[in-house]
Amino acid sequence: MHFLVFIKQVPDAAQVRVDYETGTLIREGVPAIINPFDKHAIEAAVRLKNQFGGKVSVVCMGPPMAEDALKEAMSMGADKAFLLSDRIFAGSDTLATSYALWAAAKQIIKEEGPVDVFFAGKQAIDGDTAQTGPGIATRFNVPLITYVVDIKNVDPEKKTLELVRLLESGQEVIQTTMPCFLTVEEELNTLSYAPLPYLIRAAKTSVKVLNSKNTEIEAEYCGLKNSPTKVRKAFTPPKRERGEMIEGDSVDGIINQLYEKIEPVLKTMGKVQ
Amino acid sequence: MIKQDISKYKHVWVFIEHENGEVARVSFELLTKARELAKDLGCEVHAFTVGDKVEQFADEVFKYGAKKFFVIEDPFLKDYITEPYRDAIVHLIEKHKPEVVLIGATTLGRDLAGTIATVLQTGLTADTTALDIDPKTKNLLMTRPTFGGNLMATIFCPDNRPQMSTSRPGVYKAIEEPAKGQVVKEEFEFDKSKYTKQIIEKIIEEGEKVNLGFYDIVVSGGFGMGSKENMKLIQELADVLGGTWAASRKAVQAGWAPQTRQVGQTGQTVHPKIYIACGISGAIQHQAGMKSSEVIIAINKDPDAPIFEIATYGIMGDVIEVLPKMTQMFKEKLGKA
Ligand SMILES: Cc1cc2nc3c(=O)[nH]c(=O)nc-3n(C[C@H](O)[C@H](O)[C@H](O)COP(=O)(O)OP(=O)(O)OC[C@H]3O[C@@H](n4cnc5c(N)ncnc54)[C@H](O)[C@@H]3O)c2cc1C
Ligand SMILES: Nc1ncnc2c1ncn2[C@@H]1O[C@H](COP(=O)(O)O)[C@@H](O)[C@H]1O
Repeated sequence: MHFLVFIKQVPDAAQVRVDYETGTLIREGVPAIINPFDKHAIEAAVRLKNQFGGKVSVVCMGPPMAEDALKEAMSMGADKAFLLSDRIFAGSDTLATSYALWAAAKQIIKEEGPVDVFFAGKQAIDGDTAQTGPGIATRFNVPLITYVVDIKNVDPEKKTLELVRLLESGQEVIQTTMPCFLTVEEELNTLSYAPLPYLIRAAKTSVKVLNSKNTEIEAEYCGLKNSPTKVRKAFTPPKRERGEMIEGDSVDGIINQLYEKIEPVLKTMGKVQ
Repeated sequence: MIKQDISKYKHVWVFIEHENGEVARVSFELLTKARELAKDLGCEVHAFTVGDKVEQFADEVFKYGAKKFFVIEDPFLKDYITEPYRDAIVHLIEKHKPEVVLIGATTLGRDLAGTIATVLQTGLTADTTALDIDPKTKNLLMTRPTFGGNLMATIFCPDNRPQMSTSRPGVYKAIEEPAKGQVVKEEFEFDKSKYTKQIIEKIIEEGEKVNLGFYDIVVSGGFGMGSKENMKLIQELADVLGGTWAASRKAVQAGWAPQTRQVGQTGQTVHPKIYIACGISGAIQHQAGMKSSEVIIAINKDPDAPIFEIATYGIMGDVIEVLPKMTQMFKEKLGKA
């Protein structure tokens, strides 16, 4: 079977700080990582490959430095890595991004054969949109299963599988035909340590670069100009000032002080007279 | 990009999300917000949905000011499945051409919105926390947090229609303003053989959906609570205060709370009047879901915990000792002893 995983390289959002003077993000020194959800997608694909045979391809759209993310994916067990990189993609919103990734995936299918299961992360931690996966799935016109937390009963002959996905009120089990498109949660699996052979192969194998010249991507659907949504302004939310530590000799004393401080708020809510 | 004649599009549409015969509260919140937008645009608020037996929601929908309620009813649509729901909704939108389409940023809404926008080849802004009309251009301005809440971005969609947005539950208050509305029933022929995905089983947790955004007081427990047992201390305090309880992701992953109660970047966003964080370190992803609470109270035994950087009031202490005493004190003060 052939598995294709869409991975994004993102700044480690947990380390991004805000410069309140300029109202911008401080990205200097912030490491670029594989989007955490996407790592679980790679892990899931590699496990399926080990169980049922086949290969795992990964594709990342981004600047040349995104090659690092693809190398890491190979060290996790991916077999083929594609970097989709071209100036024409700059400023793409999710509609334009899903177009470019779809077109790239069609090229990968041409070179590596048809895909049985497409994988994406549930969302990217920088943009947080959760739209790119559904966008690509829709363009391929294959069943979309979001928020996947478990993969069961894979039947390579009948080309079916079962997935457990999260709902607002619990979970549901979905049966689908392949090819299909999954967006995955972190709970799907725990990441394994990269075994040495994978590491060695990752170091030796090169990443193939895809761009507007060696694919059938049409520039009129890419980039800022062809993105329906535009950013009008970006700003930092007002800073929350560090408040007050309530101290005292006893827990009871501290709690009483706290009560006095929040009593006015409780009054406005009608909780106390 | 596909060019459209955007002058043909009119009215603000709100998707009525439903499960097991019940409308999701976020749909009423969005209807309320849509009334404001419609006033600024000089148009009407319309509701729409697809499903089996959905016309029954008409009275509720009109109570929140919808002038029309577009429905496609079919037993085939009994349970939510992405593709047939998408195809039926795309049919409604292409036929009636709304200018704005609002959908709740729930699990279901986020699953649906991205695929609809792709078929319609229009812009979609996810997880918005503010919606306004630009007085000059009449475009919808959609503001949303990115980078785990560190940066806000205002997005607009000038040349494509409809302008689509998903909004987080709890951002707007649902307020009734009854209108005399009209149900518009539409037909859609499904090619059922096209859909190769089916639900085998549903596992409903807790039996109730928790919309954390609905409460003025949220008491939240993290990994510092130590065990599932100890989460009772959180629930007891929430009960006494007439609020609800929530959890950090690490507590959810430990199995101490259901995912439906998770606050943060990948959980729900809340902005209650009072948020009490107990044994929560205050990771940026957690802050993203609660930073805009009016008063934040943090209880943590580590004086350097990041949560204290944003807390209005901090208590350095052991939750196991502090919480029962706090519950007792509020019981007395609130006259519940
Ligand atoms: C992509 C991504 C998305 C994420 N989304 C979310 C999200 O939506 N929501 C979320 O919450 N997290 C999210 N996280 C996880 C987040 O980064 C943190 O790991 C998590 O919030 C930590 O939870 P915690 O504060 O409960 O646990 P910890 O960080 O382990 O903190 C426990 C705290 O309890 C204190 N403590 C321990 N014992 C006691 C005691 N007896 N009394 C008082 N204090 C005590 C400790 O000092 C510590 O500060 C996400 C992470 C990633 C990578
Ligand atoms: N530039 C990209 N390259 C490859 N995959 C991407 C890219 N952007 C988004 N994705 C995939 O789409 C998912 C959702 O991203 P987003 O819609 O940005 O939240 C990610 O987890 C990735 O799997």
